[in-house]
Amino acid sequence: MATPQANEKIPVTVLTGYLGAGKTTLLNRILSEPHGKKFAVIVNEFGEIGIDNDLVVNADEEVFEMNNGCICCTVRGDLVRIIDGLMRRKGKFDAIIVETTGLADPAPVAQTFFMDENVGAKTRLDAVVTVADAKWLKDRLKDAPEAKNQIAFADVIVVNKTDLVSADELRDVEGHIRAINPYATLHRAQRSNVKIDDVLGRNAFDLDRILDIEPKFLEADEHDHDHGHHHDHDHHHDHGHHHGHGDHHHGESSGLKHYHDEDMQSVSLRSEKPLNPDKFFPWVQELVQKEGPHILRCKGILAFKDDPERFVFQGVHMILDGDHQRPWKEGEERLSRIVFIGRELPEEKIREGFASCVA
Amino acid sequence: MSMPDTAIPSLADRVRTIATDAQVVGVHFLGHVPVFALGEETLLFAEGDRKVAVHGGGILVSASDGERIVTGGDDGKLMATDAQGQTIALATDEKKRWIDQVALGPDRAVAWSAGKVAQVITGKGEKRSFEAPSTVAGLAFAPKGFRLAVAHYNGVSFWFPNAAAKPEFFEWKGSHLGVSLSRDGRFMVTMMQEPTLHGWRIADQKHMRMSGYSARVRSLSWTADDAFLATSGSEQLILWPFDGKDGPMGRQPRVLAPSEARVTVVAAHPKQPVVAAGYGDGTVWLVRIDDGALIAARQADGTPVTAIGWEPSGQVLAFGTEKDAGVLTL
Repeated sequence: MATPQANEKIPVTVLTGYLGAGKTTLLNRILSEPHGKKFAVIVNEFGEIGIDNDLVVNADEEVFEMNNGCICCTVRGDLVRIIDGLMRRKGKFDAIIVETTGLADPAPVAQTFFMDENVGAKTRLDAVVTVADAKWLKDRLKDAPEAKNQIAFADVIVVNKTDLVSADELRDVEGHIRAINPYATLHRAQRSNVKIDDVLGRNAFDLDRILDIEPKFLEADEHDHDHGHHHDHDHHHDHGHHHGHGDHHHGESSGLKHYHDEDMQSVSLRSEKPLNPDKFFPWVQELVQKEGPHILRCKGILAFKDDPERFVFQGVHMILDGDHQRPWKEGEERLSRIVFIGRELPEEKIREGFASCVA
Repeated sequence: MSMPDTAIPSLADRVRTIATDAQVVGVHFLGHVPVFALGEETLLFAEGDRKVAVHGGGILVSASDGERIVTGGDDGKLMATDAQGQTIALATDEKKRWIDQVALGPDRAVAWSAGKVAQVITGKGEKRSFEAPSTVAGLAFAPKGFRLAVAHYNGVSFWFPNAAAKPEFFEWKGSHLGVSLSRDGRFMVTMMQEPTLHGWRIADQKHMRMSGYSARVRSLSWTADDAFLATSGSEQLILWPFDGKDGPMGRQPRVLAPSEARVTVVAAHPKQPVVAAGYGDGTVWLVRIDDGALIAARQADGTPVTAIGWEPSGQVLAFGTEKDAGVLTL
């Protein structure tokens, strides 16, 4: 139903990062640059930011469970309420930025945009941007599950404070990030000095942009998983080293170190044979129903048999969103690719399940 | 794609339309004058189309007792405005937090909330406060006695502001985003985050669950005789029967006025068995409960109806949308 004024949805950027990583510095940078935009900013503490031009709202980070029998379906009650209030002032701002606390789980924030009909109708999630401390991230990945969730969930990761580490240490921390999240876009920064366009207006939750999954990392990851690589190492969080595969120099990954994270993995799947949608959809639905609590994010591009169009999808825990995106181009390789990021994923089961979806 | 309205008699040409330049977020009457609370700073009096600036920012909530309109804003202020347009500040949140909820009670009592704290000022100027376990998402005074229902996560605290006793807790898991009591004081109903209503019989806390909506219910209105609770949230007007002692339990709701668009706001006529319903596509219909007969008061134009209300005698209907306001004198 076409309305006279096709209502543009307001983009929402979620800014996460562990304590001290540089979120507030990035936020202040975004707000103070001369971009001519007005933001509504949802923060947890007043005081640290203060740009008169912008609407600043205090949030309480109340995470509410939905009464739908799904333990991972949570929403941020405060966001539901605040966005309701903000949308009465439409026209006063161009975009919304949600700054979470350092200990926040990004999933309820993202799910709010899928689970609340009113929020979803008026706003759209643009991207989850995570600021990571180049010097301390590795330690936090060991002792702070929140920090790992934030990396796993991100669409954009700002590797901040690169001036405090050597080039080698930087590659090392990026390798650890890639072990958890192969598709986020990485930006290096000092004092959070990234370009505004690198963090805002990313459209990362837009199905049209799914292909921004960086193929080289998928391939590197794929290769790695062919080893069936699960060391029988002891799962102490303090053992202070990860099993690196620094020698796997895949042509385009330019010296990226390859790691396995103990409890957070990504499983990348690909198929050159077209898939059968009647097999794929029931399989993926059942998978997220069963494994949803463990799956933080998933994204995929699919080629179905006798289907001239690419199908793209993405998900957060048990919530899936997918659609036909565009016709396959002439000469384009009709390759199906999916990434799941999560904890203790049953990799073999997922691989077998996916393989059985081939038409 | 709107329904062919040709068969539905229309009074739309008798509506006086007022451009608002802002979203209408509340409709009230001071005496007989319709007053629209706008999303941005002001109250718009339909008499003379006069605007009164009330807040330094957005108006989030509003309530009226016919003599004054009390508004809560994102400037942290609770303001009262009378029929002359005189405005006084009733309270200011010390941290400049949003005033999220407001309700008016007996003897000129005012209740409001910011964050988890619900506060009351009695007609005598005494202040009371109650801290809920989570952010207050709904306030409603009981029709009799001095009692306030405070909705929050996992239930409603039914508080006696003048008594030291702990509030009576009506528990139901989930997020309750608004609360309303029947005029006879027998039933309490909350709007939940999920597309359902939850209800309690107040005497014994017996639960009732009303579901089947296509979206979150955001507007409720009891009919004059408490026979029905009219609700938004579906592509029809849903009316739950509350005339028996068990309320709607084991009974079907009445389903009237189907449309392709969703009902966004409802207001029961103060005397007659008629409900005014506003839709997401801009339609306003008067719906007769007995037979579902419709009269159009506004034609679909794609602008969601955001507020609706009756003058207490039932002679005037006022409504607002995201861009204008309308007054229909019957």
